[in-house]
Amino acid sequence: MTDTTQTPAPTADDKPTFHQRFERNATLLMVSSLLVVSIGGIVEIAPLFWLENTIEEVEGVRPYSPLELAGRDIYIREGCYVCHSQMIRPMRDEVERYGHYSLAAESMYDHPFQWGSKRTGPDLARVGGRYSDEWHVDHLIDPQSVVPESVMPKYAFLADTALDTSMIEATVSTHAFVGVPYTDEMIEAAASDIRVQVDPFGDIDGLLERYPGAQVRNFDGLPALTEMDALVAYLQILGTMVDFSTFEPDASR
Amino acid sequence: MSDEKRIDDATGTETTGHTWDGIEELNTPLPRWWLWTFYATIVWGVIYTILFPAWPLVSGATSGVLGWSTRGDVAADIEAVNLSNAELRDSLVSIDLAVLEENEPLHRFAVSAGASVFANNCSQCHGAGAAGVQAAGYPNLLDDDWLWGGQITDIADTVRHGIRNEDDPDARWSEMPAFGDMLEREEIAALVAHVQALGGLEHDTTLAATGSELYLDNCASCHADNGLGDRTVGAPNLTDAIWLYGSSDEALTETIANARFGVMPPWGERLGEAQVRAVSAYVHGLGGGERPVGE
Repeated sequence: MTDTTQTPAPTADDKPTFHQRFERNATLLMVSSLLVVSIGGIVEIAPLFWLENTIEEVEGVRPYSPLELAGRDIYIREGCYVCHSQMIRPMRDEVERYGHYSLAAESMYDHPFQWGSKRTGPDLARVGGRYSDEWHVDHLIDPQSVVPESVMPKYAFLADTALDTSMIEATVSTHAFVGVPYTDEMIEAAASDIRVQVDPFGDIDGLLERYPGAQVRNFDGLPALTEMDALVAYLQILGTMVDFSTFEPDASR
Repeated sequence: MSDEKRIDDATGTETTGHTWDGIEELNTPLPRWWLWTFYATIVWGVIYTILFPAWPLVSGATSGVLGWSTRGDVAADIEAVNLSNAELRDSLVSIDLAVLEENEPLHRFAVSAGASVFANNCSQCHGAGAAGVQAAGYPNLLDDDWLWGGQITDIADTVRHGIRNEDDPDARWSEMPAFGDMLEREEIAALVAHVQALGGLEHDTTLAATGSELYLDNCASCHADNGLGDRTVGAPNLTDAIWLYGSSDEALTETIANARFGVMPPWGERLGEAQVRAVSAYVHGLGGGERPVGE
């Protein structure tokens, strides 16, 4: 080890050290690397599947009604999430501006969730009930008409576009497939529920039984069922399902 | 490749024993300071997981000996700020709003707090400068024309419960009927002329004469015989120069035929009493605030 002269190449009976074994065997090195890297993932991710406090149980959260779900699809289609987050973080400035911080349970039926990470516009996690339907319609048609300093693009075409309801049953059953507790009855009634929710004079009892607290009215004030109806219905339900006057936060979370 | 390690002559550092085409690799040891910093981070990592929530167990994660939590943190943060002006908040909540202005420091506190509340919650409809949206149904709050009353207590009631919303049973409520279903086209045109006459605008005088009778039959019960309106039902004053949805022939025809009225959400629960009162003081002080008459 310490001699300073150049020595000839090693003989065959030189035993490689522990470290050299890994260095000299590509397969062993890769398999071992994979094992080491997996530990991090296993420790961080795996417990989420069994820990009881991953999603705290909260009263009031229900699957989206077919109309809200259709609105959510429009929200995703138009890329609203690019500028708007739906996640009020537990920090004073956020809570004072937007309301109670978001709970995991509030997006448990979102596939995929719309938390987002970029805010060009404000957070929308609790936008429901904050503005009138008329404001939403005016604002979506021409945002600058009500908020002159806004940089939001116009979505006037939503009011001129009839809502495509032909796929709603499939949409609801797909959400059921990925784990949202839609019952067979809900899936069957989806095609009629999506229309009932914009008709205050329709048969709303079944709808309200299936989706307690669903808001039933003509959201855009237009006679037809439009994409505007669906999007406003979705926006108006955001963050309103949990009754925070009775909610007791679990402190150690 | 050679496996023989030796001390390099030039640097006095041990080689790794690897040689490629006569080029050898030095096994320079890591700097001491770096190595000890690295060990320190490992030790700190272990301490950290003991102090703060970390290791997943069977039904939950360890909560850490410090008892820290994100939720506790934000609650303490808000609590600390609330405590710092608790005295002012408490007196704002308990004071009789009608005499708030006489308590100068409290009034100043309310108005500046109210300005923030307004910017965050009200400006989206009423505008950043509170001028509303002209002729679009979002009322201007700078003028002295009030639909539901302009005293500070009236404003606070409106903010607390909102207008024509389904969320608050105490919301202010009235709905103008859509006269398009009840009156003929010509009758509506006559009414438009009469309403323009009431407002002192240019109008067709012959039509207005017919309209005057129709007005008394259909409109006067809410807007009053003289057109001054009725604040108990939110019926606008038609004699002033302020028009919520515009005063052109087209705008008035649309308003009378289809009826138009705004909706305001209730803010009492969302904001809490102190903020409701603060924003009411702010709006009351914008220019058009009214004071109790008499005495």
